[in-house]
Amino acid sequence: MTGESTMVSIYIMGKQYEVPDGVTIMKAMEFAGYRFIRGCGCRGGFCGACGTVYRTPGNFRLKVGLACATMVEAGMHLAQIPFYPANRAAYDLQALAPTLGTLRQHYPEMTRCLGCNQCTRICPQGLPVMDYIAAAQCGDLEKTAHQSFDCIMCGLCASRCPAEIVQYNVGILARRLFGRHIAPPARHLAQRVQDIEAGKFDDELERLMRMGREELQKRYYARDIE
Amino acid sequence: MYTPEMLGLVKTVEQSRERRLKETFPRLTAEEKTNILRSYHPDYMEGSMRPVMVGPNAGDSMPHAHADLLESRSLADVDGLPLDKVDYDVDVLVIGGGGAGTAAALLAAEEGAGVLLATKLRHGDANTMMAEGGIQAADKENDSPAIHYLDAMGGGGFTNIPELVRALVADAPRCIQWLESLGCMFSKDPDGTMNSNHGGGTSRKRMHFAHDYTGAEIMRTLRDEARNRGIRVVEFSPAVELLTDELGQCAGAVLYNLETGQYLIVRAKTAVIATGGSGRLHINDSPTTNHYGATADGLVIAYRAGARLVFLDATQFHPTGVAFPEQIVGQLVTEKVRGLGAQLVNIDGEQFIYPLETRDAVSSAIIRECRERRKGIGVPSGYGVWLDSPMIETIHGKGTIEKELPAMFRQYIRFGINMAELPIIVYPTLHYQNGGILINDKAESGVPNLYVAGEASGGVHGRNRLMGNSLLDIIVFGRRAGKNAAEKAKSVRLGSLTLEHTKRFNEELRQLGLGRRVAPILLPDYRGKISG
Ligand SMILES: Cc1cc2nc3c(=O)[nH]c(=O)nc-3n(C[C@H](O)[C@H](O)[C@H](O)COP(=O)(O)OP(=O)(O)OC[C@H]3O[C@@H](n4cnc5c(N)ncnc54)[C@H](O)[C@@H]3O)c2cc1C
Ligand code: SF4
Ligand code: SF4
Ligand code: FES
Repeated sequence: MTGESTMVSIYIMGKQYEVPDGVTIMKAMEFAGYRFIRGCGCRGGFCGACGTVYRTPGNFRLKVGLACATMVEAGMHLAQIPFYPANRAAYDLQALAPTLGTLRQHYPEMTRCLGCNQCTRICPQGLPVMDYIAAAQCGDLEKTAHQSFDCIMCGLCASRCPAEIVQYNVGILARRLFGRHIAPPARHLAQRVQDIEAGKFDDELERLMRMGREELQKRYYARDIE
Repeated sequence: MYTPEMLGLVKTVEQSRERRLKETFPRLTAEEKTNILRSYHPDYMEGSMRPVMVGPNAGDSMPHAHADLLESRSLADVDGLPLDKVDYDVDVLVIGGGGAGTAAALLAAEEGAGVLLATKLRHGDANTMMAEGGIQAADKENDSPAIHYLDAMGGGGFTNIPELVRALVADAPRCIQWLESLGCMFSKDPDGTMNSNHGGGTSRKRMHFAHDYTGAEIMRTLRDEARNRGIRVVEFSPAVELLTDELGQCAGAVLYNLETGQYLIVRAKTAVIATGGSGRLHINDSPTTNHYGATADGLVIAYRAGARLVFLDATQFHPTGVAFPEQIVGQLVTEKVRGLGAQLVNIDGEQFIYPLETRDAVSSAIIRECRERRKGIGVPSGYGVWLDSPMIETIHGKGTIEKELPAMFRQYIRFGINMAELPIIVYPTLHYQNGGILINDKAESGVPNLYVAGEASGGVHGRNRLMGNSLLDIIVFGRRAGKNAAEKAKSVRLGSLTLEHTKRFNEELRQLGLGRRVAPILLPDYRGKISG
């Protein structure tokens, strides 16, 4: 891609660099000579380390994206937001009840939402952030859990929130409450754990462990497949 | 966005789809599998490996990238480093803040130990965060730990260490239950029954998942819990050397603050290495699916302290890495895409391998199809084959991809390709370090007081790991390592801190004329390049 591709100018924190057109912001910054310490984690859109704000020529709008998943544009001005201080409550999940009261107790600022929709507009995952906060305000934990599920905790929503809500922390509390206290536990799983603890599979495992390679191989290639 | 030529080739795939929907490609026999691996798997390519010259594995073959690291001298100035001022004095030091490390820290804290978790990037910036497909556990009626055992052994070419596989399969349901109790949102039926699928090499549908954010869901849950329990974490502070005492016991580590350039001394009664894999070494110049910090640091520092490594000559190439678009070449297309029914197809619209063979075999078949049979599709970085993702919508109904594979869908739609409507182009990519530091079923390495868990360890998966057994491995052995390290710490008496083992190692290197480079490398260096 480097060989034949055309170059474009971008401005990293105000400084001009020539980089190949069509690459991601992350790769462009490295091409320009940066070696990341912060602002780079998974490099694949999963960890939320690489939130970036930028503007493009002739457009007043402040845009955001993940540096690892957003392509450079000619003339863009960019800066990374590798860290944004956030309020986070500590809790004992096992002792909590899955209720609106629990959410409000830990994040009382949640009720201050102004409905400005900045968070939804900015979310690089395209999540309905304002909606999941609205659902949380109504105590609909299930909805908050599902709507926030793909959140990568990049912090961009919180950086824009005039009500100073940390949406992604509300989201994970709702998800954990849902997963622990609302979704029914898997019965087949509990049963299997019990059987294992009672030693039900020990003999069979012992036999397999002592089995020679040939015998194992024979069984492996003869096993039936669901 | 596909080029017009590519869109032309898509027609062939579409035309053959109806016929292929009814077609099951025959599985490989044992002999065919051996042959295809020998002829096409990168592990067997001439010149890809060499014997390492020093240390516990002297004489063993491994990829050049690993040998280079093991033959490197210390990064820190070990002769000049003062060890009398101890910055942290703890029972258990956990090195690495991925899934294995966080599970270990939680269990160690539960045992009452004073724990410090040191990690290189942020807590959770790790391969664990990226795992999409799922985690195995034999917990359904038609399944059993014994069947899981057989699948894992077969997947590893019967080279896995039996006691480790036993621990893996027998602890599995308990580990899933632990995650469930921490509020992990596994995909379930309304009555609580876990949804489960096949993965490559499984004989039962035992792949549990949380949509296609399985690793992220596990990682963020464990991290959140570690925060709730007040476990101390230092970020951007990788371990660059282990500390030992006069008896050669592990006694802590030297951390390096990446941001200030300072060294920090940690005295610890026991330590757990959970530093993950090594994709960022770009073995065979391959692009990789791995996170930024996957540079084999743990292997390097443990090796100097005398730990033995196993199966480093077996590297896992994931058969379906992105081959197009160019911006994301090498990133993962989860195996779940094949688990849901998508077939691998050549330029003529024909299948050429059973889609759920083990990864080593599927990768080899794709390489053969492109290199030897010349039935690949040309892309800027070389070639690839079709993965016929729209089949999933035909089989399971419209909208399945967006619902079940949101991360995948997002990855492609960002670059203008709708994988629910168009097939995607894939080629093998460097994915997983099958081998690592040899452990026993207590997660102990050969070095006293040093435990290892997760991708940094070796033996559980033999020469080839199955999908879903790694997320399982990090929980099973992370928990065992944390618990045992905390238990052991109660009776450990440490002497004084030294770096004698590294001084000896550096000296040995000098005598052999080696050690021109330094290691661990901590982060890859892509300055002035476009990385893979
Ligand atoms: C894209 C992708 C998809 C995957 N999908 C699946 C799947 O579906 N199912 C499955 O079972 N497996 C999957 N895997 C494999 C699995 O996710 C990993 O093998 C596993 O999560 C490794 O966990 P870990 O804790 O050992 O290492 P990691 O999660 O990588 O954590 C290691 C941590 O240690 C840190 N570290 C590194 N060096 C140092 C140092 N010197 N000092 C301190 N800290 C350090 C790293 O930065 C990182 O935070 C996938 C892997 C990838 C990359
Ligand atoms: S909800 Fe907020 S933290 Fe989560 S991905 Fe969207 S912007 Fe980032
Ligand atoms: S940015 Fe804050 S105030 Fe605005 S809608 Fe989102 S949560 Fe509400
Ligand atoms: S580096 Fe992880 S989301 Fe971009």
